[in-house]
Amino acid sequence: MLAKRIIPCLDVTLDEKGATVVKGIEFVNLREAGDPVELAKRYNDEGADELVFLDITASPHGRKTMVDVIERTSDEVFIPLTVGGGIKSVEDIHSLLSAGADKVSINTSAVLNPDIVRESSDIFGSQCIVIAIDCRRNFDLDKGENFVELEDGSKAWYEVVIYGGRKPTGIDAVSWAKQVEELGAGEILLTSMNRDGTKDGFDIPITRKISEEVNIPVIASGGAGKVEHFYEGFADGKADACLAASIFHYREIPIMTIKEYLRDKGIPVRI
Amino acid sequence: MISIVDYGVGNLKSIKKALEMVGAKTKITRDLEDLKNSSGIVLPGVGAVRPAMEKLKELKEFIKSTDVPVLGICLGMQLFATLSYEGGEVECLNIIPGVVRKFQDDVGKIPHMGWNQIEIVKDNELLHGIESGTFFYFVHSYFLETEKSFILTETDYGISFASAVSKDNYYGVQFHPEKSGDDGIKLLENFYRICRA
Repeated sequence: MLAKRIIPCLDVTLDEKGATVVKGIEFVNLREAGDPVELAKRYNDEGADELVFLDITASPHGRKTMVDVIERTSDEVFIPLTVGGGIKSVEDIHSLLSAGADKVSINTSAVLNPDIVRESSDIFGSQCIVIAIDCRRNFDLDKGENFVELEDGSKAWYEVVIYGGRKPTGIDAVSWAKQVEELGAGEILLTSMNRDGTKDGFDIPITRKISEEVNIPVIASGGAGKVEHFYEGFADGKADACLAASIFHYREIPIMTIKEYLRDKGIPVRI
Repeated sequence: MISIVDYGVGNLKSIKKALEMVGAKTKITRDLEDLKNSSGIVLPGVGAVRPAMEKLKELKEFIKSTDVPVLGICLGMQLFATLSYEGGEVECLNIIPGVVRKFQDDVGKIPHMGWNQIEIVKDNELLHGIESGTFFYFVHSYFLETEKSFILTETDYGISFASAVSKDNYYGVQFHPEKSGDDGIKLLENFYRICRA
C-alpha cells in the first residue's frame, strides 16, 4: 500500500558564513537551525521520506548557493529532494535538476506567469513540478469562489498570497489548485498562513477541500506541533504527505515517533 | 564500467552517485562505443517515452542484442516493452513482450507517487537480501503489462502491477532504487555484482 509521507523542510538562507537552515514564525523572526547538508543526512537516517529545501532569500546569489547545497546533498542522500524559492524560469529549473534535485517547487512566479507551469511540465515531466500555494483565510464573502466551513462553523474562502505571504492576490486557492493541475503540476504543496509557525496543527478545512478537488498529491504544510496533528492531516485533511520544519530541526519530535504513532492509528507509513 | 544512457533531460546524477557508492565506475553517455565497452548498461528513469526512443535510435540494435546486464529504471523499464500508450502509440524496444498503459483514474491519485511495497513473486539475484514488504520510491503514471513469467515483484496501487521484471540479461524496476534509501542501494549493489559475474 502507498505510504503517507513525512517531509522535513529546510528553509535555507545565506549569510557571510554560507548556507544556513532557519525557521521563522509566520515567515518572520528567523532563528538559526544548522548546516543544510548535515541536517539532510540526519533526516535521511531518521526515516524522512523526502526532503524539501526552500531558498528563502531567493536572490541570484542565494540560488547559486542552493545549487551547491543540492549537489552536496544529493551526493550523499538517496531520497527524493525538492527545491523551491525564487524559481522564475525554465533555466532555473534545469540548473536545479542538473544539480541533483528531483522536483522543483514554484510559488510566486507560477501566479505571476501560469505559463511556466505548462512549459516546465512539458519539458521535464509533471512529476517534477510542484506548485506551492500559500493562502490565508478571507472572511469577505462577497469575494472568493469556494467557501469552506471552518472549525467553529463559520465560513471563509482562502486567498492565495505571494512574495512569502506579503502580497494578497485576490485569487481563490481552490480554483488556483484546480488550474495548476490542469496546467500540468504533479503535486501541490499547500501552506496556510493562518497556521504557519503556530504549532496549532495543519489547516484542515482547506487541506481537505483541495485534496478532494484535485487528483494529484497534496502536501499539507504549516502548523505541525505534535504527533496528533500529523494524524489529523492525513485522516481529516486527506493529505498525501505532511511537511514540517521547526519540530524536526530542534529535535522536538523524532520522525520515527510520528510514524509509529501513525502506524498504530492505522495510517500506512514506511518504517 | 557501467554506462548510464543519457536521454537529454532530468536528474542522472543520483543514479551515477548511487552506483559509485557501491563501487562501480560509471559514465553518463549516448555513445555507442562506450556502450560496447561497458560491463553493464543502465536505462534511467527520466523523461517521456517518445523523446527517449528518439534519442536511443543509434543504440537500439546494440541494446537489444547485447549480452551484458541491462537495468531499466522506471521509464527505462517501460522501454523494454513492445508498445507504449504514453502520448499516443510508441513502438518500444520489444525486449520483454508487453504494453505500457496509464493507470485508470479510479486507482487513486496520479502520478502514483511515494513509497510503496513490493511483493516478491519470483526469486532473482537482483533481489538478493531484499524481502517482500520492502518500501521503494515510485513516481509514474504508466505501468508495464506483461506475462507472469517475466514478473519478479508486484506492487498494489488500486490494481496489482509489475514493479520489477527480468528476462535473460535484462532487468527492469518501476521504482527508483537511486531514491529509495538503503534498500535501493542494496538493489544497485546486486546489479553491480551481476555485472561483474
